[in-house]
Amino acid sequence: MAYSFPEEVLEHVFSFIQDDKDRNAVSLVCKSWYEIERWCRRRIFVGNCYAVSPRIVMRRFPELRSVSLKGKPHFADFNLVPEGWGGYVYPWISAMAEAYPWLEELRLKRMVVTDEALELISRSFKNFSVLVLSSCEGFTTDGLAAIAANCRNLRVLELWECEVDDRSGNWLSHFPESCTSLVSLSFPCLDGEVSFSALERLVSRCTNLRTLRLNNSVPLDKLPNLLRRAPQLVDLGTGAYTAELRPELYSKLGDAFAGCKGLKSLSGFWEAVPSYLPATYSICAGIRSLNLSYATIQSPDLVKLIRQCPNLQRLWVLDYIEDCGLNALATTCKDLQELRVFPSDPFGVEANVSLTEQGLVSVSEGCPKLQSVLYFCRQMSNAALFTIARNRPNLTRFRLCIIEPRAPDYLTLQPLDAGFGAIVENCKDLQRLSLSGLLTDRVFEYIGTHAKKLEMLSIAFAGDSDLGLHHVLSGCNSLRKLEIRDCPFGDQALLANASKLETMRSLWMSSCSVSFEACKLLGQKMPSLNVEVIDERGSPESRPESLPIDKLYIYRTIAGPRCDMPSFVWNMGERSALRFS
Amino acid sequence: MESKVTCENDLNFKATELRLGLPGTDDSEKHTPPSVRSNKRALSHETTEDSRSKSNSGTSDFGDDEKEAPPAAKAQVVGWPPIRSYRKNCFQPKKTEPESAGIYVKVSMDGAPYLRKIDLKGYKGYPQLLKALEIMFKLTIGQYSEREGYNGSDYAPTYEDKDGDWMLVGDVPWEMFISSCKRLRIMKGSEARGLGSYV
Repeated sequence: MAYSFPEEVLEHVFSFIQDDKDRNAVSLVCKSWYEIERWCRRRIFVGNCYAVSPRIVMRRFPELRSVSLKGKPHFADFNLVPEGWGGYVYPWISAMAEAYPWLEELRLKRMVVTDEALELISRSFKNFSVLVLSSCEGFTTDGLAAIAANCRNLRVLELWECEVDDRSGNWLSHFPESCTSLVSLSFPCLDGEVSFSALERLVSRCTNLRTLRLNNSVPLDKLPNLLRRAPQLVDLGTGAYTAELRPELYSKLGDAFAGCKGLKSLSGFWEAVPSYLPATYSICAGIRSLNLSYATIQSPDLVKLIRQCPNLQRLWVLDYIEDCGLNALATTCKDLQELRVFPSDPFGVEANVSLTEQGLVSVSEGCPKLQSVLYFCRQMSNAALFTIARNRPNLTRFRLCIIEPRAPDYLTLQPLDAGFGAIVENCKDLQRLSLSGLLTDRVFEYIGTHAKKLEMLSIAFAGDSDLGLHHVLSGCNSLRKLEIRDCPFGDQALLANASKLETMRSLWMSSCSVSFEACKLLGQKMPSLNVEVIDERGSPESRPESLPIDKLYIYRTIAGPRCDMPSFVWNMGERSALRFS
Repeated sequence: MESKVTCENDLNFKATELRLGLPGTDDSEKHTPPSVRSNKRALSHETTEDSRSKSNSGTSDFGDDEKEAPPAAKAQVVGWPPIRSYRKNCFQPKKTEPESAGIYVKVSMDGAPYLRKIDLKGYKGYPQLLKALEIMFKLTIGQYSEREGYNGSDYAPTYEDKDGDWMLVGDVPWEMFISSCKRLRIMKGSEARGLGSYV
């Protein structure tokens, strides 16, 4: 059956299809659709930069304008991936500089980005407009200066949780006076000072600026001037939110906030002083997102602020909020969709605040739209988890971290298997789950049976045997990312479910019981996987083959073994087997 | 909670694609038993091991009947709890007293007609305190040494602690001093010598 539509018509139709999955589906219909689609695909998301090579991407998609890349595994956030592991973006940039001179957008997560890479970006792409770096490292403010100076049409420059060597070279001053295009400027993770006059002038002339997130070097008394220059702001991250009590500053600040009638999101609040919080009250009714996770203010003051924000949809906060504060949240914020509670004293032995499972239960009761939870606490019970599961079957993300590893139900001293089981059984659309507390193989049985939409699972200090891992790998049909640490999972479940690994993005296992022997076998039998053993103690060859290896990272790939492995990473594939002979 | 899946206690590994060992051999003896636990490895990171985790033996590692003393500090497990490094320093002790509360103590000096009062919170440590006393009373106090006290100086600073005892200023850590000091007395060197040579 031949299609009578000319290519241009099909291309036009495809241009309305932006979602990656839909685009992938379109490309599978027939050869001619594959061809048309690949020429008109403009944006691509690569969830694992080693799953594919720059050359392969460029060969298939010659006309990309927007590229998103992710590098290191998630556990790199918690220092489990050694320095030098990989995730270098430079090879991608240098290849794209040739292939995509019209590249506009680059979004990178957990990648190593050098100043050279940033400089190359700034010089290679004439229409470059969006740079978002999340959890990246390896660059300095000199690289940012190059971006500021050379990217004439820069609209978005966002740095999220990056480790940046701050050379304090006034990178911000490198934005030329002619730059008026900024829509979003965000640098909360930078340590150093920025030139206030440069910042004010920049904010003044960028009349389309919607997002401005400062770092904590910007003092509170600079904020009113900035706000007055940008009344159109929608998303504000304050700098340090502390000053001595000065009535004129307070009223200037209050007036400045009142002028920003479109504000929907507030963050920053480093060293927040409670007496200055009411300066924000005039716009709190419009606030949808509040990030107070750097504000070490106590519950009563937090509650006063939250009560001003009845339309809140997202709240990130420290556990200073305590159960009583979460109770207040539950009564006030009926639109709440996402809650993250971070620990103020994660390494303290005793609880420093009165935050327990009760707070989460209250929010699950009072907030019917709650979908996404990240909660750090020191005690949990099966009963509480049952209640949460019953109240909130619409949960899609549930990440619970009970700070003490293997902590049992504090009421019954039983494992928390049943409680998490209730979560996966009731929350049928659960996409992401992080487990903690005392857990046996039973919880994995529940997960394998019920968590059919689960895409990402994080496991730590849990389970009794390979049966646990087997349940997950054989039962979770939608599983894409699995990360495991300090669990007694070994060879059998891994080898028995080897083909499952080809359907997933990646598997991370560290401090488990996987042997070198099994890794080699897996690597040799599964050419479409990179089976990488990470061991800083030295070659796994130098130890008995049956001993557990330190860390294992397995991911599917069409690019073969990578060429940039450091000395402490070994690929277990067939071609690499020669290394060991 | 009832599980609808009948759970086998052992996996039927003969049906799997991949095994360790040569094909055709029954190598189930070579496998490590499914119930092996590697908790020892994980737990070796921690200074305390508790008997909460399921262990087959009934005895705890720290002696059978002793109550475990609460750990003063735990060795940190790498990457646990799972928070980013920039979030690790958010702890601030609860401020139950207003910031402005000071620790005012009377200071008397032998031979002086009237007493003075100072705020111990206004000083970072002993050197600053002693300097201030020297200025306030126009005298020299000299160097403190653990062995000799203030021997060799005309005056020695002493204080009355919570127990009502008179102590030599400088013996205990500063934080402990300011929380236990009720009043100060600057003694004449000759009298103080008795205190200083007390070992």
